Amino acid sequence: MREDDLRQMIGRVKRGDMSRRAFVRRMAAVGITAPMATQILAVAGAASAQAQSVPAYPFTTPGGGGELKILYWQAATLLNPHFAVGTTNQEAARVFYEPLAGWAEDGTLYPILAAEIPSIENGGLAEDGRSVTWKLKRGVKWHDGQDFTADDVIFNWEYGRNPATAAVTSGSYRQVNAVKVDDYTVRVEFEQPTPFWADAFVATRGMMIPKHLFQDFVGANSRDAPANLRPVGTSAYRFVSFTPGDTLRAERNPNYHMPGRPFFDTLEVKGGGDAVSAARAVLQTADFDYAWNLQVEDEILLRLESAGRGRVNIVASGAIEHIQLNSTDPNTEVDGERAHHSTQHPAFRDGAVREAMALLVDRDSIQRFIYGRGGVATPNFLNNPPRFRSDNLSYEFNIDRANQMLDAAGWTRGQGGIRQKDGVRLRFLFQTSVNAPRQRVQQIIRQACQRAGIELELKAVTASVFFSSDVGNPDTYTKFYADMQMYNTTMPQADPQLFMNQFTSWEVAKRENSWQGRNITRWRSEEYDQAFRAAEAEMDPVARAALFIRMNDLVIRGGHIIPLLNRNTVSGSVNNLAHVLSGWDNTHWMLSDWHRRS
Amino acid sequence: MTQYLIRRLMIAIPSLLGISVILFTILALAPGDPFEELATNPAIPPDVRANLRASLGLDDPIHQRYFAWLFAMLRGEWGYSFVSRAPVGDLILQRLPTTLVVIGASQILALCIALPVGIYAATRPYSIFDQIANTLAFVGFSLPTFFTGLLFILLFSIWLDWLPFIYRANIDATGWRWWWEHLRQSIMPVMVLGLFQGAAWTRFVRSAVLDVIRLDHVTTARSKGLPEGRVIRRHIVRNALIPVVTLVALQMPIVFGGAIVTEQIFRIPGIGSLLISSILANDTPVIMAVTFVFAILVITFNLIADILYGWLDPRISYR
Repeated sequence: MREDDLRQMIGRVKRGDMSRRAFVRRMAAVGITAPMATQILAVAGAASAQAQSVPAYPFTTPGGGGELKILYWQAATLLNPHFAVGTTNQEAARVFYEPLAGWAEDGTLYPILAAEIPSIENGGLAEDGRSVTWKLKRGVKWHDGQDFTADDVIFNWEYGRNPATAAVTSGSYRQVNAVKVDDYTVRVEFEQPTPFWADAFVATRGMMIPKHLFQDFVGANSRDAPANLRPVGTSAYRFVSFTPGDTLRAERNPNYHMPGRPFFDTLEVKGGGDAVSAARAVLQTADFDYAWNLQVEDEILLRLESAGRGRVNIVASGAIEHIQLNSTDPNTEVDGERAHHSTQHPAFRDGAVREAMALLVDRDSIQRFIYGRGGVATPNFLNNPPRFRSDNLSYEFNIDRANQMLDAAGWTRGQGGIRQKDGVRLRFLFQTSVNAPRQRVQQIIRQACQRAGIELELKAVTASVFFSSDVGNPDTYTKFYADMQMYNTTMPQADPQLFMNQFTSWEVAKRENSWQGRNITRWRSEEYDQAFRAAEAEMDPVARAALFIRMNDLVIRGGHIIPLLNRNTVSGSVNNLAHVLSGWDNTHWMLSDWHRRS
Repeated sequence: MTQYLIRRLMIAIPSLLGISVILFTILALAPGDPFEELATNPAIPPDVRANLRASLGLDDPIHQRYFAWLFAMLRGEWGYSFVSRAPVGDLILQRLPTTLVVIGASQILALCIALPVGIYAATRPYSIFDQIANTLAFVGFSLPTFFTGLLFILLFSIWLDWLPFIYRANIDATGWRWWWEHLRQSIMPVMVLGLFQGAAWTRFVRSAVLDVIRLDHVTTARSKGLPEGRVIRRHIVRNALIPVVTLVALQMPIVFGGAIVTEQIFRIPGIGSLLISSILANDTPVIMAVTFVFAILVITFNLIADILYGWLDPRISYR
């Protein structure tokens, strides 16, 4: 899509000739994520970016729904959203705490503690992109009866950005400035024009904790706050009891700020065990109402579903399971550092080898036989929504072509049928984390490679080691002391800026930054860097979207990334449970609206 | 006796210290950290992760961390869990009652099976009953608890739909219903643990009774014309139980270990599942505390076994 077309379409939305939903759909078709599309509209001043995809809530009087039982196969250990290391803790915190706004399934913002979503027309959004003003909903009370005001919002900003607090949300708060305008208005100011302004105070990163209970626990003593384990929030359910690593119990908040909600009288979130038996407890025996993140082979889920008591929910997300081909040489030391960014991989520096590797990955079979409904095979690294298929890129599984390509490039079969050229043999170490589907994918790729004269040595590292930031450990994914590796990168934010910075040259993981850089393949491209810098400063949403699409194409054409599947989140629920899920926000983001169908 | 006790306790201190050094070193050398999920999340800058590591003291040298832990321990502070930021002592206390109830009930069940069956089988060796009991005992302790656990779930929860397979520590009910719900959800885990332990003990009781039954004093008692029941109760079982009691005491820590797997299968919020989830999350302070509690249990029950032994068998003296 050209810029002109886009401008015309925005014009049609402004005039009311085209619905906002139709616009989002058209944008999706050209590879612009739904959240991006709505932000384009917001910045372009076309209609307020209010979610249209949250289904209507059918009740007018709260309560009377009995018990809601939710099962997580990992267990929450802590209920402070600023310390929520993993998804499970974020979800548990979200039961009690709410952000100013959340992301609906179609990628639009939905106001929760905010009175409205900021836009250019309502004056919330500065035209230069340097500030956004949030108006807070009035009459919202904390569970203990105190008023929720702008002071609480400012406190969360101070709390999150304080380095001594060591909050995981600090990335969202330390580079912005928050100003209290009045008791119910807060302005967020940015140093640079910021096209994606909906990060601080929004969704997972924006859950509000009460100032009056946490103000004495900022910084080094933050871990001593009693409210870390006994939350007082603003949500539809208030705290009853919590056993870390096991059960969380809550009851209906009679003073909830949304009318008619919630439906259930009590809530139990049980944790622990394994994914398969969690699926069983919902789909087969219906002991529980909802089971989170069912990372179970689709075959098993289909069998359990056939019991007829529950169903599997598939929600699209931005997560991408992909293979990385190292651009540096993991077997040569430079200044005592392996995979040094100044080296080149002896085999992968040849474009023909990289292209052949991509041809040897049978994505369709991997989707069909391993991930099932849990993922969609894709040629792109940045793909949202899942139905997006770039015009520019495609994928193919073709062993013959891979063979021809390698023959043409001079890689001849040598001893044991393994190809070689100038003393370099096509024998690669392929690592990933211990995880049954990943090990099966490794096998499938190894078999295809064998038929093309490439030998793969497979390695699986325990997830807690592979993904650790332990500088002393050689097996972490950031060190990448292997030729190839495979894992899943999540895209928790609806904007691709943070997601795509993992291919910039300044993010290269190396010893100087304790391998904390996010560019793991160490692939560098001046063109990419320029496109990224341009996108960071680009306030024109149309030009910015085009830049991200170009970045995706550059990465894929560079050949060091082979995308496999765009992963979906898979959950299970009993037949009569009606819930509001979103791939851009937590499972519990609209827990207030969950109810039972009669 | 007192002197013996004091001496044993004095020996326990260096052994506990040694155990703690070994445990701590192994845990410190083990790779990984509790922030695995932060790693693939692009919204979290890597330096935030590094800052978190540093704030938990994970980057300090091992010996420094060990002494910090040891001195805190001596002051009675068990430290804070990395992942829940709650005091480790609280976490353990929260879970102790559930573990004790489940393990206690299963041990009682095991004894209720092992004693009568073992004794009856031994008094009629190689009878049909003895053969059946022996075979079942073999089967019982050959099947690991994780297998019988899954088997029970499949049978009683999935096919028959009689019992719940997810244990819930807080049940919203009062009076009889509360007891009933707790009983229903405890049946399977208690059976799994109890039957396994019972099978092992049955064989032990049987052989202990068989050893005693051939002794001269039993023949004397019988020849005095005492009724058979009295001979068994007063002259055989009493003597045969001496090694059994010590065995039960010595096996207590092992039972705690065996309960780990069972707790995981049935989602029982006990010490065992705390240990497993802490190991998976690399939550060193909790792993350290739980394993240390196990170490204390082993040493204490060893001591109890030795003391019981002397009390039951006056021929043994303490010097």
